[in-house]
Amino acid sequence: MVNKIRVRMADLKVGRDDGIIITSGLGSCVGLTLYDSNSKVGGMAHIMLPEFPVGKKNAKLAKYADTAIETLIKKLRDKGANTKNLEAKMAGGAQMFNFSNIDNRIRIGDRNIEATKEILKSLKIPLINSEVGKNYGRTMELHLNSGDVLIKTVKYDDIVI
Amino acid sequence: MIGDIDDKLAKIGPIQLDALKEVASIGAGNAATSLSEILDKKIRMKVPQVNVLPIHQVPEIMGGAEDLIVAVLVRTKGDIGGGVLFTLDTQSANQLLELLIGEKIDIEKKMGEIEESALKEIANILTGSNLNSFSQILDISIMPDVPALAYDMAGAILQVAFMELGHIGDYALVIETEVLGDVAEEISGQFFLIPDSESLEFMLDGLGVSING
Repeated sequence: MVNKIRVRMADLKVGRDDGIIITSGLGSCVGLTLYDSNSKVGGMAHIMLPEFPVGKKNAKLAKYADTAIETLIKKLRDKGANTKNLEAKMAGGAQMFNFSNIDNRIRIGDRNIEATKEILKSLKIPLINSEVGKNYGRTMELHLNSGDVLIKTVKYDDIVI
Repeated sequence: MIGDIDDKLAKIGPIQLDALKEVASIGAGNAATSLSEILDKKIRMKVPQVNVLPIHQVPEIMGGAEDLIVAVLVRTKGDIGGGVLFTLDTQSANQLLELLIGEKIDIEKKMGEIEESALKEIANILTGSNLNSFSQILDISIMPDVPALAYDMAGAILQVAFMELGHIGDYALVIETEVLGDVAEEISGQFFLIPDSESLEFMLDGLGVSING
């Protein structure tokens, strides 16, 4: 049996060597994986919103792009990853409903994608592949033995990024 | 205001949940009647479930986050902002469409303009009749806006519907009603009322169960 680690919305998990880290049903949320291919340590965050709210107490760190990435890196380091080797992959950030007559006031998906990219850039973590945006839901699987990320949708064939 | 909605939800107790359940029941009754008339079939609504849930449970409210569902999201304007989400599994959607259009439909093969607009129409009717009862009880005006449709993973749809309507806190208020057709017709769907943060307060005030002292 392959060890499967599930990541729920606004949560993050890390693993090592083998097994799969999975998050299901990404809509406007962004799934981000960070992987160190030397140590085979990797992790995934299911990010809901771009930024940790100023002044909020007891907020979940894994919910926001900035704090989720910071926490994920810390946990990967604890698990034995060399943070200099980390490579990122990203999926999600979709616009599921198309309200044709509504202004583009809050495209949460786009904002999550942008925020995640910015933070990775500032931390000098290369984003090596992504499957983001558009209008469909995604399930994301990180295979810890290879670092491959499998993207499943209900409308299209599975792809590996 | 981020965080705002959590503060409000934290103040919601059994009295508020009961009051919301009461109005939602009346709304569901109205909606069942209108839908029964249009389809010329008996449609029932179960007693609504009203719960405050951790946000991470939202994608799993209906079971599997990866299950394929049809969903129509109708935003509302007027005194109550937020929206209404109507969901069906593929088979139920096909059944409903068959009753409406009068021919065999398989949306998994083809979700065309006719199918989409028929499903949106049903969602509009359900929303309208549901909101009418809210308008009457609370003496306010609520208007449905143009609906949008998605046919995709349940988890992704639910997550986005709640977030788009401002449920970005750690908790969400879930007002869920099950829609059932005649046993033989095998139609089953869910209907979610999703008031935004401001409207929730306004609704509770109107129902005489204010959360502000």
